[in-house]
Amino acid sequence: MSMTITEKILSKSSGRKTVQPGENIWLNVDVLMTHDVCGPPTIAIWKREFGKDAKIWDKSKLVIFPDHYIFTKNPQANRNVDILRQFASEYKVDNYYDVGTERYKGVCHIALAEEGYNVPGTVLFGTDSHTCTSGAFGMFSTGVGNTDAAFILGTGKIWEKVPESLKFTFDGQLPAYITAKDLILQVLGDITTDGGTYCALEFDGEGVFSLSIDERMTLTNMAIEGGAMNGIIAADSVTEAYVKERTNKPYEIFHSDADAKYKKIFRYDVAKMEPHVAKPHSPDNLDTVRNVQGTKLTKCYIGSCTGGKLSDYQAAAKIIFGNKVKVPTFIVPASTQIAKQLEVETISGVSLRQIFENAGAEVAQSSCAACLGGPSDTIGRATDGEVVISTTNRNFPGRMGSKKSAVYLASPLTVAASSLTGVITDPRDFL
Amino acid sequence: MEKIIKGKAYVLGNNIDTDQIIPAEHLVYSLTDPEELKKYGHFALSSVPPAQAGLPQGNIPFIKGENYLSEFNIVIGGSNFGCGSSREHAPFALQVAGVKAVIAESYARIFYRNCVDGGFLLPYETPVKLTEQIKTGDELELNVHDNILKDITTGSIYILRSLGDILPIIEAGDIFKYARQSGMIA
Ligand code: SF4
Repeated sequence: MSMTITEKILSKSSGRKTVQPGENIWLNVDVLMTHDVCGPPTIAIWKREFGKDAKIWDKSKLVIFPDHYIFTKNPQANRNVDILRQFASEYKVDNYYDVGTERYKGVCHIALAEEGYNVPGTVLFGTDSHTCTSGAFGMFSTGVGNTDAAFILGTGKIWEKVPESLKFTFDGQLPAYITAKDLILQVLGDITTDGGTYCALEFDGEGVFSLSIDERMTLTNMAIEGGAMNGIIAADSVTEAYVKERTNKPYEIFHSDADAKYKKIFRYDVAKMEPHVAKPHSPDNLDTVRNVQGTKLTKCYIGSCTGGKLSDYQAAAKIIFGNKVKVPTFIVPASTQIAKQLEVETISGVSLRQIFENAGAEVAQSSCAACLGGPSDTIGRATDGEVVISTTNRNFPGRMGSKKSAVYLASPLTVAASSLTGVITDPRDFL
Repeated sequence: MEKIIKGKAYVLGNNIDTDQIIPAEHLVYSLTDPEELKKYGHFALSSVPPAQAGLPQGNIPFIKGENYLSEFNIVIGGSNFGCGSSREHAPFALQVAGVKAVIAESYARIFYRNCVDGGFLLPYETPVKLTEQIKTGDELELNVHDNILKDITTGSIYILRSLGDILPIIEAGDIFKYARQSGMIA
């Protein structure tokens, strides 16, 4: 029977020969990831259910990244990190990346990739909706709540409904002014925020396979904004090279069969794509940058698991180099490794970090920061009346801090161009 | 499981995301401390834009003053209810506020799973656009046995979709109870 890549991975994980969309199956989980917001309640449920002798099903498969509320004075937020620290030491969890140490990484989805937890053909669950990011590695990955995570923590198993797949084929090579963010905003505009509910979004085509791993992760990261269970890109030589540098775990590469069944197939010619924004207050509120250019801004934000990767800063720095920002601009690298790379990577001998600082932008420490608003002392947080353009993934009311603010989502190129003018600006004006 | 759920309706629109249900800044409180967890009830639905809060009229607070319990315990939603983040704090916050069931046209996957696997509340789907028929404050009676919703205020009766596949988990109480009953875990 012909199957999609998602169906093949789920078959393997459930120990079956085949699976079909709509079937409820039990999966064997390869990696469980959690963080400071959902880790403590997950641990509490696990203890409640499995008692004082509760055992972690497989410690080597549990990964904990504190990342959401890190650089804050909020006592309850800090208490959550304390709970994780204590849990990790009590249960000897090696894959714990503590705040305030050399091991601290930053945003979980990017850290999973950097630390070699993303392995083609495997199944990863995380207590975070953007866990779908890891699908860029030809694996099945999805978000769950605390109860499901606690169940996995004790059993290594979880039920899932096999999703139908939607396929998005991107033909051609991306023009210099288009990034993966423009592609995914187009997809979301087309399918809307619930067009992918209980579905897998599969991305392929020359436009996708010519992208770096960073850029591929932007596509799969926002699958959840279409309501999808997972986003997925088959692994290729680019993936293999990235993975081999970071882990020696065995991997298996799956491809969709040529006659696999899709709920719907979408085809795009990337050469014809326009720089896009998602207007307030929804990631599917698509428009072209040209249509909203001139909109006055109070803040620019380049960060998060969606838009705070090295490739995002390389793109932004191209435009910002030698210029000054006109509105407060925040650079929040997703991970500490990316923060280090900002000091190493250069354009004409100037480090990316220097380029941003010379322009007057503020480079902050790695964490989720204002992507989700966070406690009131969070850097870059939106306040009442603000109009923000951001490389993040959600612009729901209140998402970045105030329900009386308006957030536009855009590519790092568009946000960089806008930071230099103080109004929404098409990156082609600077390239 | 209660077979008959009675209560007042609180009507919301489409795409009610988890940031509106419980804003991120409040995710820091303990979910187990019996006093502290009341804050989740207090801040439930606090980021819904006022004009959309309590339709069709709007500007009806879900929680009044310093309370953590709402006078409304059946939430009526449009499509894609609970989209956004995976925070289980969302169905939990609604439960703490006294919500017993949500009846929406469709749900985001993670919110739906959380409601069921955590045993927080019943996520019913409606084939009819109830948001255009039921008003905030209407007295409702939900018969879980027959999947029938009565609007006592208007006298209308609606047939909801059956809970389907997930009914065994709902009937057991949560995923752990289900797994114990079926012998998956000890
Ligand atoms: S950066 Fe934003 S979207 Fe990514 S994990 Fe953190 S809060 Fe979630």
